[in-house]
Amino acid sequence: MNNRGMIIAGIIIFLCLITFPIWYNVVGGKAAYTPELKIVSKEKQCVESTKYMRSQHMQLLNDWRNSVVREDKRTYTALDGKKYDMSLSNTCLNCHSNKADFCDKCHNYLEVTPTCWNCHVVPEENKL
Amino acid sequence: MKIDRRGFLKIGGLGILGVAVKPVIDVVSKAKLAEASSKKGVLVEKRLAMVVNLKNCKEGCTDCIAACHGVHNVPDIANPKDEVKWIWTESYENAFPDQEHRFIGGGMKGSPAILLCNHCDNPSCVRVCPTKATFKREDGIVMMDYHRCIGCRFCMAACPYGSRSFNWRDPRPFIKKVNPEFPTRTKGVVEKCNFCEERLAKGLIPACVESCKNKALVFGNVEDPNSEVREILRSNYTIRRKPGLGTGPQIYYIV
Ligand code: SF4
Ligand code: SF4
Repeated sequence: MNNRGMIIAGIIIFLCLITFPIWYNVVGGKAAYTPELKIVSKEKQCVESTKYMRSQHMQLLNDWRNSVVREDKRTYTALDGKKYDMSLSNTCLNCHSNKADFCDKCHNYLEVTPTCWNCHVVPEENKL
Repeated sequence: MKIDRRGFLKIGGLGILGVAVKPVIDVVSKAKLAEASSKKGVLVEKRLAMVVNLKNCKEGCTDCIAACHGVHNVPDIANPKDEVKWIWTESYENAFPDQEHRFIGGGMKGSPAILLCNHCDNPSCVRVCPTKATFKREDGIVMMDYHRCIGCRFCMAACPYGSRSFNWRDPRPFIKKVNPEFPTRTKGVVEKCNFCEERLAKGLIPACVESCKNKALVFGNVEDPNSEVREILRSNYTIRRKPGLGTGPQIYYIV
């Protein structure tokens, strides 16, 4: 075991390098930040509770899509009995008109790229 | 409780008999249900169709095309190779190749006919679509679910009327004024006329029918004997495009 010193030093350097992103963010003060969403909305409450929307909006939108396109059923009855027109462009974006500060903030943070906007029109784009 | 071998076999046999009989009972009870509901008038037949009166259609007028392509964000790509169209014109001879001859009169020769998806009764496009992105609704509208379309273009090969267009390129730059209430399409999907199903849901008539000042387009339910389309079909001689192919096109033409 003549090379003990070298080996341990090597392991330490290796560990430092592999954890670089973690401590770099810690030093830079960017560790574990959560995206700040700006909610611009005419309504006080989304179609369902914030907690539910945060975790399940993609499932809800999928269900809306299938219901409207394939079954021609367009009215959503929320848990509290309120009725909504199931439409991403006309219902969701009517309130959340700030896609860049709302949708994109989280999606970028999580590195997800939903394809919704390839077809559905974002309100700002109308002004073009 | 004690069960001997004989008892066990009896109970088992009865069980199997029950399983065998159940489907029969189901069918009978369903038939009763259907009978009951049709008596109350619940099962109303609906079949949406259109009559195009080419006699009323003014040459050079493109109101219906502008209206449809405007509300549905159909891109205006000049290059015929990439072009996208939901409703368009074609000369009579090309639109009705099996009802054409050298001496056609009545002003039909060379005059434009309005064409759109025929919302066929037996649509070949639906038959071939591997993802069920194209499907037929109960009211007869042949719909597309753009979310599911993989762009294989089987449907374009299957449709004998050229009713479908493929998005070879991103259509957005070619839309002059985007209607924010209706999605655009994206590169790589097929699109076609949807009989304005989004307008029908709001109680409106199709945009092309609404826009035509000459009443060349009439839309309605052909299963309803009192509807306007049925009245027109009764009192006029009408033809359809390539009826011999068996697709059952639902756009009727007065020539
Ligand atoms: S006209 Fe073509 S696209 Fe339209 S339903 Fe018939 S086969 Fe399908
Ligand atoms: S191009 Fe789309 S709609 Fe046409 S057959 Fe393929 S998946 Fe179906």
